[in-house]
Amino acid sequence: MSVLSKRDYSLLGKDGAAAVEKGLAAAEWYHTDVPRKELKDLMRRTDAPAIRDTAIWIGCLALFGGAAAYLWPSWWSVPFWLAYGVLYGSAGDSRWHECGHGTAFKTPWMNDVVYHIGSFMIFRNPVVWRWSHTRHHSDTIIVGRDPEVAVMRPPAARRLFLNLFGIVDTLTGIRLMLINASGRLHPEEETYVPEEEAPKAILVARVWVAIYAATAAAAVSMNSILPFMLIGLPRLYGAWHHIVTGVLQHGGLADDVLDHRLNTRTVHMNPVSRFIYWNMNFHVEHHMFPMVPYHALPKLHELIKHDLPEPDRSMWSAFSDMLPVLRRQLRFEDVFMVRRLPASAKPYRAELHDIEAPACKSEAGNVTLARCLQA
Amino acid sequence: MSRWLDVCRPDEIEQEDLIRFDHEGRTFAVYRSADDEFYCTDGLCTHEQVHLEDGLVMDNIIECPKHNGRFDYRTGEAKGAPACVDLNTYPAKVENGRVMIQA
Repeated sequence: MSVLSKRDYSLLGKDGAAAVEKGLAAAEWYHTDVPRKELKDLMRRTDAPAIRDTAIWIGCLALFGGAAAYLWPSWWSVPFWLAYGVLYGSAGDSRWHECGHGTAFKTPWMNDVVYHIGSFMIFRNPVVWRWSHTRHHSDTIIVGRDPEVAVMRPPAARRLFLNLFGIVDTLTGIRLMLINASGRLHPEEETYVPEEEAPKAILVARVWVAIYAATAAAAVSMNSILPFMLIGLPRLYGAWHHIVTGVLQHGGLADDVLDHRLNTRTVHMNPVSRFIYWNMNFHVEHHMFPMVPYHALPKLHELIKHDLPEPDRSMWSAFSDMLPVLRRQLRFEDVFMVRRLPASAKPYRAELHDIEAPACKSEAGNVTLARCLQA
Repeated sequence: MSRWLDVCRPDEIEQEDLIRFDHEGRTFAVYRSADDEFYCTDGLCTHEQVHLEDGLVMDNIIECPKHNGRFDYRTGEAKGAPACVDLNTYPAKVENGRVMIQA
């Protein structure tokens, strides 16, 4: 077996260039056959579900944020801050995501408004990250091409832990905001953001700097961190839910493949998490058919589940399968999980990713560990 | 030099939908609007060369199935990121019970 070199996730590094040479960049991906008529029905846009969900989201933000501010600095405010934080620092992520796809609402301006609100909350420049996420869908977990790999190999355990509190991502977001506000893009951003889009990204960054400056001025004048508890800090104390759900999207699965069933995970979740996460627990379905709105993903799942690995029954079950693999990856970064397909499914499209004979089975018996043989 | 090409019967394209049409190494998207007008554009999205045949037609917009790139299929105009370059359009008509495009 050839010895694999350490993965280089930099978009400017050797693995990105190698992926292009191997035909892994902007390639054609496997997708389950769905009759055109049924797919059209699933893709059809409507405003109603997202208006309802956004009203609940904004209403709860106002309610919990208002109660927390009213009770501040009493300890009685803590539960309200916790709820406000998750709605800000985690639900903001899913709103950024779904509205970035332009699928949440039928009306484009509604997508744009919520997209900008979510982007601000989650510290992601809406112009830069639109292109970043476009690349993530073109080159999902292709090493050196995908700018949104949350769980690298070997897993950066310290970084993941710190990000439960938003620390690394927020510091990165602040750094990039300041770089953009200074009038330029970061060199890595330049690899996926068209030059003509840069002025828009710079303008947004400058508006954000102004908002945070106003927040700081309010904090100084009030001699209190309360303004930052409402704006900015929830990105830290409310980040945990989007990290817990986010690492399940692709963690422990294959990289450098062209079949989302190999590198993406669907997990059944409780209704509260699904509201916060806007149904992105149906993540294989989302990657296979990104134009299907979040509210139609359960129907899409029913339609194509015969061709997908069985979803994890819960977040607990998914972590139980994934964490041992991540632990192994700390020592052997070429180890990854392959979920068993049902008999009704078409075989995995694994021709670009030779898979060694199974090394061991998980307790659930539905997962096999494999190793990549290809250098 | 462009010429009129026979694509299909009108009822082979649903209202507010499109089909793919390949001819001599080129690929097109042929649309039928909600008011039964027919249009034709290049078949591949100008962003990442994904075929538009699996995309969503809404009003006068074709949305790329991969990245949400949107175009006005009547004019080819790109309507926003990640679609920044317009699609080429081609004349289309119905003649003698057939959808024809000039390409």
